[in-house]
Amino acid sequence: MRNPNPYEPYPVRIDDITVETEDKSLKTFKFVFLNPEHEEMFAYKSGQFAELSIPGQGEIPIGIASSPTEKGFVKFTVFKTGKVTSYLHSMQVGDIMGLRGPLGNWYPWEILEGKNILIIGGGFAFTTLRSSIKMMLDNREKFGKIDVVYGARSPGMLLYMDDLREWEAQGKINMHITVDRTDDPNWKYHQGFVPAITEKVAPPADDDTYAIVCGPPVMIKFTQPVLDKLGYKHDHIIMSLENRMKCGIGMCGRCNIGKELVCKDGPVFTLDQLNQMPKEY
Amino acid sequence: MTLIRIAKASWDGGLEKARKAYELIGPVPEKDSHKYAVLAEGQLPDMGFKNTKLSPKWVVFPQSEAMFTYTLDGTKENHHILQEVPAAPGARAVIGIRPYDAKAIQLTKMNFDNKDYKDPFWLRNYERCTFVGLAINAPSATDFSTSCGTGPFAEEGLDVLLVDAGEVYIAKVLTEKGKKFLDAAGFGEDAGADAAKTVEDLKAKAEAAITSKVSYNKIQGKTIMDLYDAPFWKDVLFGCINCGTCTYACPTCWCFDIQDEVKGTDGVRVRNWDSCMTALFTHHASGHNPREHEWERTRQRFMHKLKYFLDKYDAGLMCVGCGRCVEQCPANIDIRTVCNTMNAFEPGK
Repeated sequence: MRNPNPYEPYPVRIDDITVETEDKSLKTFKFVFLNPEHEEMFAYKSGQFAELSIPGQGEIPIGIASSPTEKGFVKFTVFKTGKVTSYLHSMQVGDIMGLRGPLGNWYPWEILEGKNILIIGGGFAFTTLRSSIKMMLDNREKFGKIDVVYGARSPGMLLYMDDLREWEAQGKINMHITVDRTDDPNWKYHQGFVPAITEKVAPPADDDTYAIVCGPPVMIKFTQPVLDKLGYKHDHIIMSLENRMKCGIGMCGRCNIGKELVCKDGPVFTLDQLNQMPKEY
Repeated sequence: MTLIRIAKASWDGGLEKARKAYELIGPVPEKDSHKYAVLAEGQLPDMGFKNTKLSPKWVVFPQSEAMFTYTLDGTKENHHILQEVPAAPGARAVIGIRPYDAKAIQLTKMNFDNKDYKDPFWLRNYERCTFVGLAINAPSATDFSTSCGTGPFAEEGLDVLLVDAGEVYIAKVLTEKGKKFLDAAGFGEDAGADAAKTVEDLKAKAEAAITSKVSYNKIQGKTIMDLYDAPFWKDVLFGCINCGTCTYACPTCWCFDIQDEVKGTDGVRVRNWDSCMTALFTHHASGHNPREHEWERTRQRFMHKLKYFLDKYDAGLMCVGCGRCVEQCPANIDIRTVCNTMNAFEPGK
């Protein structure tokens, strides 16, 4: 059961705040529901988002970074950029705000189970990918080979460093971490842009291998030809979009791309679907 | 179908009676035009109006509507927790709503009341309403409602249809809600054997007076991308200044914004009408705007009404042919021309 008023957020308390990047522009907020039964009502899948709702400021749509397998809290990583995100960055542990969701569709886990997964992420678009990786690791037997290509500008701009190190140490998935460039002599991972690394490490395309791509437009632009070259079919390339949103439930009308609403029909689309839609994102 | 006769001499008294059970909304003069407003004690609707500048969509979808209140005072109980604004009590009767405006409310209902989500604010406004429509005996030159799935005597979305037959109104009782309203007003006199024919004659005359048409029979056969990439947009829309008049005047435009407003420590979350004509409508926090140019926003509006809506709901146009945007556009952009251009367009030729 979910809230009968889809505009009413569940009250949450900020339980923890982590500064994720060296420039302090990204923080991860861990929320705990004031009313424990709201956690059950908030049951979500990796790839969904929620509206972070700050009374007096407004709401922002943010991808869910925690995994459905992590219980007792929900996590979001937020880039400080506009009015609401700037205010959120000034908030403290213990502060009360709201959480509205979960919203939108999710990566198509019904199809992805049993398949090989290639995750390609860039910059701070790694949040729902973190949720997905964590969820797949907690259900490792349900998936084939998992490859993760994740890149950021510099080592200090990579999100979730503790998770990345742990995943690499576990050896259950193939981690391909990269930075655009670094002069750190101890850097033991890749250097170079995500598309170039993808070309080197991506598994061969076949019917049982799906790519999930989430990153800045420039990364997507140069990754697509690489996937084409590797032979990935467009219905096997899954992407997550964002557009300006308000209601998050497909009613306010501003996030549409053609007849699809990113908040409700998306944010997850296959490249095949996107090819039939205007480029209004 | 029950037909009731309402002598015009008894109209005012009946409304006064109905007022005991209903808040009345109706057309009242405003400057050189009319608007729908809540009728104050003793105020009566001006039933001789042509068209209103704004439709009565605000009855279900107010220009500004408080959704939640909250306090930011940390010493108070439930601070920072949103409290739903209680529904306004009592029934409302919307007197003199035009058939195309009632149809428009049914079209927007598809958005606000769907299988996935129910908009509680819209629905509670809607449910308290009884729609007492007034047929249009003399349609204006910009009325093209008959090609938009409605018409001057259409009944969809109405509880009662009043037909002005000179000395009397003939009231068609369409729903239980409508009967209840007429009972409350004391209107129950049988309209007599000739009434049905009188209504049919007036209807035929009114429909025949509408010569303005649009065609959209070939739009669903074309892909979204064919129409989106069609070469005519910049030509058709070059005069548009993105003023947004059409979006506010339109009875089927439903886009909205949600804003927080705070005075001291008291806050309210409100929803306001918004317009796809503004740059800010789609402007990302990053600075990127997927609809950067003015003409792209105008294309969005027409594509939404005349293509996306058709494809999504398969229920005709998201336009009822009321003609308000045609009359009020300062740049003389005419949705009829746009619709017919889209319909006639042959991709690849």
